[in-house]
Amino acid sequence: MLYIKCPWCGERDETEYHYGGEAHIARPENPDELTDAEWAEYVFMRTNTKGVHRERWVHSDGCRRWFNVARNTVTNEIVAVYKAGEKLELPAAEAVKAEAETKKAPAKKPAKKPATVKKAAVDKKEGA
Amino acid sequence: MSRFSIFSLARNAMSWHQNWPSQWRSPEPKPEYDVVIIGAGGHGLATAYYLAKEHGITNVAVIEKGWLGGGNTGRNTTIVRSNYLWDESGLFYENAMKLWENLSQELNYNVMFSQRGVMNLAHNLGDVRESVRRVNANNLNGIDAEWLNAEQVKEFCPIINISKNSRYPVLGATLQRRGGTARHDAVAWGYARGADAMGVDVIQNCEVQGLMVEGGVIKGVRTSRGEIKAKKVAMACAGHTSVVADMAGIRLPIESHPLQALVSEPMKPVIDCVVMSNAVHVYVSQSDKGELVMGAGIDPYVGYSQRGSLHVIENQLAAAMELFPLFSRTRLMRSWGGIVDTCPDASPIVGKTPVKNLYVNAGWGTGGFKATPGSGFCYAHTIAKDEPHPLNAPFSIDRFITGALVDEHGAAGVAH
Ligand SMILES: [Zn+2]
Repeated sequence: MLYIKCPWCGERDETEYHYGGEAHIARPENPDELTDAEWAEYVFMRTNTKGVHRERWVHSDGCRRWFNVARNTVTNEIVAVYKAGEKLELPAAEAVKAEAETKKAPAKKPAKKPATVKKAAVDKKEGA
Repeated sequence: MSRFSIFSLARNAMSWHQNWPSQWRSPEPKPEYDVVIIGAGGHGLATAYYLAKEHGITNVAVIEKGWLGGGNTGRNTTIVRSNYLWDESGLFYENAMKLWENLSQELNYNVMFSQRGVMNLAHNLGDVRESVRRVNANNLNGIDAEWLNAEQVKEFCPIINISKNSRYPVLGATLQRRGGTARHDAVAWGYARGADAMGVDVIQNCEVQGLMVEGGVIKGVRTSRGEIKAKKVAMACAGHTSVVADMAGIRLPIESHPLQALVSEPMKPVIDCVVMSNAVHVYVSQSDKGELVMGAGIDPYVGYSQRGSLHVIENQLAAAMELFPLFSRTRLMRSWGGIVDTCPDASPIVGKTPVKNLYVNAGWGTGGFKATPGSGFCYAHTIAKDEPHPLNAPFSIDRFITGALVDEHGAAGVAH
């Protein structure tokens, strides 16, 4: 079971949360002009990242708020938790390390180097 | 290839079974092949077998980053059935079922296919309506299916608890008598042996690290054992399909999830059929060794770790306990996880890709094992002819653009 740190409530069991899929998939602003292929891209296509994956969770049995989690899908290590509307910049080292880890079998725990969360003014293009 | 028979068994018994030859070679990769198949699981090996057998294409390599049949082929709960709702999937899986029924003879290899009957339980009015509809749809497609009421369920599987006081009472079930189980490893081994005998190279410990694409045409693969040129490349790599497809810049509507299963200690025969329940997320059968084989639901998040969370297993066992109270003191022996590649409509993708001569076979989700022979058969046709077989034509990537989805969430659920 994952332990996930809600930005408002702190660390709780995974069973208090619901998974909301890949984060930062913005709803198109011009739905009338989209081709079928562009709709398919928005509705169905996913990165399915092996490595650090940015995803949405909702604290459904707690504060019921949505937020974002960056989690390594190979080791299940949670790299960062950040609020809806914020953007996450992974330190280059973290991304490289994650990639190396995914190439090899999950090895030792990486040294902690916090990812930085940029409190960007809420960007309309970004889905929460 | 030496054929198995009662005489070869007797002959080898004389020498204490010390002189059986290897069932397939371990060749070094050649510089170039007509077809390179990525992934030596059941689907990849079956594809190689039918490429050689049905289409005479034998200059084929099946490359595998681990060992043969070590991925989902060796990790599933071995259930085989074909009772899918829509015509597209019903006919596809029924073709697979027909191949299963003759597979041991076809391969001269005992895949221990046991048509012991598969029951899919209904626990509420919605389930009942959906199940009866599916029985009717199956019958219209010539697929055997019956609707059983609760008493008939109890008659077919006497250890099941049909008490009305259950949290999720059993109201009835669909039954496919021709469904059952097969020995998963033997399926991979049988296809590997058959393909190898016709000249296919099965190359293990050979990881794909890149796809060589020039001008929108596939030219080969870069592997941990060097470059291999190929006229055609076919992906059959289940949970890692997105990773491999990404090497050619192809995006897919697939997400990979951990899926767990477990077995109990061996015990005397108590259940001679397969019982599945989508609503409470458990499926049970008993192996020939006596272990109860039970599958759980998927973990909700994207994962490549081949392990899942304990609370998922707790849910699964709580459901098993209510259905089969007599399992309560059974001890568990091992549990494990695989990576399943799920599609939004719970149907697979088998067909061409935007890159010429590169093919995809993926998105089987939690239910790829039952499709193994049919998948290999249709995929081989697709590769050989560069166009899909009529049975897999509805399962192209294009359906996500045209909207012609084949929604099998009812028939597939989690318990594929
Ligand atoms: Zn919270």
